[in-house]
Parts: sequence; C-alpha cells; structure tokens
Amino acid sequence: MAHQGDRRQVVDVPHHLRVSIRTRTHDRPSTATARWTRRAVGVLAFAALFEALGRAGLVDIGFLPPTSVILWRAGELLVDPAFRAHAATSMLAWAIGLGAAALIAVPLGLLLGSVRLIDAATRAIVEFLRPIPSVALIPLVALVIGTGLQLRVTLVIYASLWPILYNTMYGLRGVDPVAKESLRSYGFRAPAVLWWVSLPSAAPFIMTGFRLATGVALILTVSTEIVAGRGEGIGVFIYFAGIAVPARMDDIMAGVVWVGLFGVVVNALLVAAERRLFAWQHARLGAHAGAPVAVGAGR
Amino acid sequence: MLEIENLTHIYGGGGPNEHHAIDGLDLKVADGELLCIVGPSGCGKSTLLRSIAGLISPTGGQVKVDDVLVKQTPDNLAVVFQDYSRSLFPWMSVADNVALPLRRKGFDRRKRRAAAQEALESVGLAEAGRKYPFQLSGGMQQRVAIARALAYRPTLMLMDEPFGSVDAQTREDLEDLVLEVRRLHQMTIVLITHDIDESVYVGDRVVVLSKAPAHVVGDLNVALPGPRDQITTREHPDFVHLRAEVGRLVRGHTVAH
Repeated sequence: MAHQGDRRQVVDVPHHLRVSIRTRTHDRPSTATARWTRRAVGVLAFAALFEALGRAGLVDIGFLPPTSVILWRAGELLVDPAFRAHAATSMLAWAIGLGAAALIAVPLGLLLGSVRLIDAATRAIVEFLRPIPSVALIPLVALVIGTGLQLRVTLVIYASLWPILYNTMYGLRGVDPVAKESLRSYGFRAPAVLWWVSLPSAAPFIMTGFRLATGVALILTVSTEIVAGRGEGIGVFIYFAGIAVPARMDDIMAGVVWVGLFGVVVNALLVAAERRLFAWQHARLGAHAGAPVAVGAGR
Repeated sequence: MLEIENLTHIYGGGGPNEHHAIDGLDLKVADGELLCIVGPSGCGKSTLLRSIAGLISPTGGQVKVDDVLVKQTPDNLAVVFQDYSRSLFPWMSVADNVALPLRRKGFDRRKRRAAAQEALESVGLAEAGRKYPFQLSGGMQQRVAIARALAYRPTLMLMDEPFGSVDAQTREDLEDLVLEVRRLHQMTIVLITHDIDESVYVGDRVVVLSKAPAHVVGDLNVALPGPRDQITTREHPDFVHLRAEVGRLVRGHTVAH
C-alpha cells in the first residue's frame, strides 16, 4: 500500500490478514488499570531520578532544577494571569492554524488522492516543498508578514498540512476497489462513491493525520514564538525566561511541562475519539492493532 | 431481456501483459430466467459480469439490457459479489448498508428504512439491522449483500460466485435462498459459479464457457422437477446426467449426442 519510492510509510494491515487477526482474541492486551499503573510507575521513576540528580548535587540546581521545584512553579503559573494570557494566545494560534490546515489539507488530499492526473501534475511541487523544515522558514516568513499571530498561524498551517494531506491521500489509495464497485454497480457516480465509500473508508487515516498534525502544530507554535521573541505566547514566555540574567530555569522547565502536558492530553483525547468513531475498524483489525500509523510526519 | 452480442474484451491491449479474456461471446437471457454460467477458473466469467453491469467497457461487441445498450450501469440492476467482507461497508450498520443504494431511487429516509427492513426479513435477518457486518458470520454477511440487492428491486440480478467464500452447509442454505428469492420476485438472475453441481441445482439453464478467451461451448436446459431440494434433486437421474454433461463441457470434452 505504501507508495513506491516514498520514505514516508503508512502502516496498514492487508486484507488477507484482517480476518486472521480478528480471530486472535485470546491474547488480549492487559487491563487498562495494569497499563496505567505501568505508565505511572515510569513517570514517577523518571521524576524521582530528576529530583535526585539535583538534590544530590550531581547537577547545578540553578541549571537543572529538581522535579519538585519545576512542578511547584508550574502550579504557580497556572494561577498567574500573565502566564495564562501567554497560554491562551498560544492555544489560539495553535487552534486556528490546525483548523485551517485541516480545511485545506482534507479536500486537497481527496482531490490528489482520487484524480490521478492532478496528483501527477503536482507531485514535483509537493515533493519539493515537503522536506523543507518548517522551523527554517520562520525568519523568512517573519520578514515577509511580520511577527504577530499571522506568523504563527501561517507556519502552523504550513507544517500541519503535510501529515493530514499525506494520510488523506494514503487513506484514499487504500480504499477497497470491491467496495467502490459495489456502489458503482447501483449506478452511483464518482462523486457519490467518493462521499459514501472513499471518505468514510479513509476517515481513520485522515483522523490519524490530524492527530499527528496537532503535535506538529504545537511544535511550530512554540518555536515560532521563541524565534520571534516578542508579543505573547508560551514560547515568548520561555524565551524571556531564557535571556534573563540569571536565566530562570524553573520558568523555562515549567513552561515546557505545560506544553508537553497539553500535547499529551490532546493526543489522548483524539486517540479516544478514534477508538469510538472507528470501532468498526478496530473490530476488524483486532484490539491491539490500533489505528493506522503514519511514520515520519514530525517536523 | 439481456442480449450479449459478439462480446470481446482484451485487457492491456498491445502491452506486454495483454490478456484476451472474452472472445466473441453471444448469449441471450429471457426475462425471469435463472441462468447459471460455469467455466474453468480464470476463464473471464467475472469480466463478462462486469461488462453486463457496465463496470468495464468491453473492447468489442455489445451488451443490451431491455433493448438499451449498456454504457454505464443499467438501472434496475444489482450485483452480489463473492467477497461480502469487502463488498459490504464496515462502517455502516447492516440496515444502512442495505438502505444506501435506495438513495438512487429517490426514496426518503423512512421509505429506505422500511424497504431495508423488509429485505432483511426476506433473507431471514429481521433482527440484524442494527448490527455491524463484522458482528455477523460469513453466511449472514452474504445474506445482507443479497438483501441489499433485493431491496433495490432489480429486474436483473448478477451474482459473481456468491457462495464461493462460505462453508458447505451455508452454501446449500444460500442456494435455496436464491431459489426462494426467484420464486417470490420477478427478476432475471445471472449467477456465475465454478461449481458444476451448484449450476445445475440452481439454474433453469446452464451456459458453459471455454477457457480464456471465453466463448460459449455449451447451453443446456435444466428441466428438473420442482421444487428443488438439496437431497432429492441431487439424486435425481436427470441431475446426475446433467452434472456429468456440464462437467465434460467444463473440462473441454465434447458431448456425444
């Protein structure tokens, strides 16, 4: 299913495997409680190690504050109006950019994925643009359009476009020709087949692309703010904490904790949504096969 | 009335993988007939079916349904494919699967639901509407696919090896279902199979195709006493004789008359 000569792969289970996987119900994954316990233990152990490094004097506390200090500071920031304004600004840029990216990438992906001629005609441009690291574009775009909200949104759109676009296209290529023929045999024409068969069939891939894009968008939001270094935003907050003398490491780390937590929560919510919406696919693939996974979409 | 005249289809014409699937095939199917088409594996049976359904454009000859040349999928035609797990839509409930094609008929939601439920009842799946295809057994899924075709009220139903992916017992049940459907509804059925016994058991008429490129090598009337029954019909001397005759034709031996 993966396109030849493309390093980016979309992992899917071939049809002949689907049936056999479905019957493998005996080796179900461990219970949710056990899984969460294991994760919690991992996080706690890491936090404890970090704490011990600082407390034992192995690293300079001013350089790398212990876990307790970072978490305390993160808690303080939660009720700090200035920080909350920074966070709100970042989330706004993130949400607008992501939403716009989805609105552009899904229809574009449907077009490129279903009309071979357009795909062929635009392939060279797409392959040229795709490997450009979005972060490298920040100074250039900042020069052209300034450093306000529009800079973040533009870069977030550009970067999060790709995972959505590619997953939409791959999802469409994976649509079963027999399913399409079934509807065609009732006299449905191409646009109706796209709407009733290809789109729902590709939806789990599109959703996965969107989930990957939320992470990419977060990276771009914060990096753009850090590079721009003015206005409002968590990245700006981190930037100023970094250039202060002495640098406020606890602020930097606490800001990073909030960004990371936000990413984790958004991802978890979307994974849960995927499981609910695409229960039909999980039932076919087997409980632990998971959603389709796109590799290499980060930037 | 289905008329196929001098149908020819060549895949990848002129290329290195050129495949001559059908060669000058002539066939007429009367209204209300249940015709079984048998032939060796890979003989172009599915190509023939796709040409009748307007899913591919044959490279030569023509197909007419009710005197209308087939260019795109004819109205009032339904196809049941072999692979029900791929033909049904896994993201839709059974009832929605059956109801979807009825959008083409301009039915409103209530009418679509009622027709779907009626069709599901007629294949013995009255309770399955809210389930999803993957929650049903293979035989039941194929019943759903048949219900989807029935709900559409086709005048011509094409079945492409519809029982090729189910176990023997389910296969017999589904064969009887087709006979029942044909008894209750006025429609022409063209059933493609590679199973010689099945063709004689189900069909009013059996057409045997040659190896690819396919053409008609045998056309037999099946005058077996009705109603057909899995045990008594299959031990009837005429059945035994006919299946031998079809078998010889499929294997390429000529029949001595």
